[in-house]
Amino acid sequence: MTLFADVNYFEPWWIQIVRAILIFSVIFGVLPMLTVYERKLLGRFQHRYGPNRVGPYGLLQPMAEIVKFARKESFRPTTSVGFLFFLAPAVSIMTAVGGLALIPWGGVQDILGTNVGLYGMDVSVGPLYVFALGGISFYGILLGGWASGSKYSFLGSMRAAAQLISYEVSQGLALVGVLITSQTLSLVGIVNAQRGMWYFIPQLCGFLIFMVASFAETNRAPFDLVEADAELVGGYFTEYGGTGFVAYLFAEYVNMIVVSAMATTLFLGGWLLPFGIHQPGWVDPFVVLAKMMLFMTLFIWIRATLPRLRYDQLMSFGWKILLPLATLNLLVTAIIVVA
Amino acid sequence: MPYDPGSDVIEVVRHPQRSAAASTYRIFGETLRGMKTTLARVVEGPLTIQYPEEKTPVYPRFRGRHKLHKFESDDPAPPGLETCVGCSLCAAACPADCIRVVAAENSPENRVSAGERYAAVYEINLSRCIFCGYCEIACPFDAITMGHDYEMSDYTRSDLIFTKEMLLAEPLERTPLRTEGE
Repeated sequence: MTLFADVNYFEPWWIQIVRAILIFSVIFGVLPMLTVYERKLLGRFQHRYGPNRVGPYGLLQPMAEIVKFARKESFRPTTSVGFLFFLAPAVSIMTAVGGLALIPWGGVQDILGTNVGLYGMDVSVGPLYVFALGGISFYGILLGGWASGSKYSFLGSMRAAAQLISYEVSQGLALVGVLITSQTLSLVGIVNAQRGMWYFIPQLCGFLIFMVASFAETNRAPFDLVEADAELVGGYFTEYGGTGFVAYLFAEYVNMIVVSAMATTLFLGGWLLPFGIHQPGWVDPFVVLAKMMLFMTLFIWIRATLPRLRYDQLMSFGWKILLPLATLNLLVTAIIVVA
Repeated sequence: MPYDPGSDVIEVVRHPQRSAAASTYRIFGETLRGMKTTLARVVEGPLTIQYPEEKTPVYPRFRGRHKLHKFESDDPAPPGLETCVGCSLCAAACPADCIRVVAAENSPENRVSAGERYAAVYEINLSRCIFCGYCEIACPFDAITMGHDYEMSDYTRSDLIFTKEMLLAEPLERTPLRTEGE
């Protein structure tokens, strides 16, 4: 059994470390900008400007907020379970960051005489790895809600549990359609298999199911019942303030990035450009980033558009519509590929 | 005749029964329609008025901070004299009791107003004023009028008591005036 996919080239050991640091720092540089982008765009959707006071065009807003959060008093409710209360946000953010390693930013490049793949790692079980991390990240939510020792937090985390379980199934099934078509589990391999046609055309149904399920997986509107602020105050992070809250917030945004990257990789051809354009290798990450921004914009757009679903609607939509559709999609794909 | 509860049941049809496929199609269609609606809001652009930089123009009859007046060069009385004669009618009319007038006699060597007397002290406590404009109506000489300035916040209450000098001074034109309409 090989842990890594057969990469067919030699990579010095330090490249792994450099790449890890690079990916981490770039993503955590983009992340605060993303929060500003979301709030500004959301403002535009509501006839407002959004934050525009701190720094040029309000771009330093996250700085001000991080300073604010970092200076907050660290506290926990008396009913909370101390160890788990502080562990939960850490679990949440670590699993979210773990997903970043899988994003393929580009193909193998020849940089200064060494072959370097523009991705954290090319695992032979790519999507499974992401799903495994998604499964663990849900412990972060569940433990956080339970360890808070508050009813609202607990209700929020129970909802999260039910929601993530229902939608993970549909997401997985929608993804299997792509795996069957590309006949590989390596994310780089999936992108390379899309050279003829991006998979959102043959897998349109799967693409839509994947996107809907992704909204639920990342707890974004209209599936943000987990943190339904009108009923549950804040859901699982009601009792968190300061750094714990920031950790959950960042985990949510990193999850959005990972899901966008997965959608880009699986359905939108990763770093490939349409109409047979062959860009130089260094452009690849920017192509991926642009496609991810497309999905980010979609996330925000949907958030500005749709109201939150009722809980029974969420459940019946997940189990009665999305799951049969995903199964049907999988079956049809399998029959077409085999026949 | 025994009561038949069945006759009181009203048939409620919430929506036509649709198949799962039809409702899924409808969900996506309605979502796209909603997204079109929100996108139109982006195209329209923000409606926010960036307050300290941009201000909403006020109407000409807007009742802002008071002004006391002096005679101009084209008036019958000698220019530079105060219009206020210290009659205290504004103070009497004021429902919030925020105007204080202390009158004094004019003398040939110290002539302040056109009448017999003048207001030696004229104070308006703007933290009490309700901007009703009754003082303006009560004044027989149009000596006090309501201006357009509404930016009067201050850090201490005593700073909000405007003296005669402050009310007489040419106000900073801080408020744009709406010209169309009226």
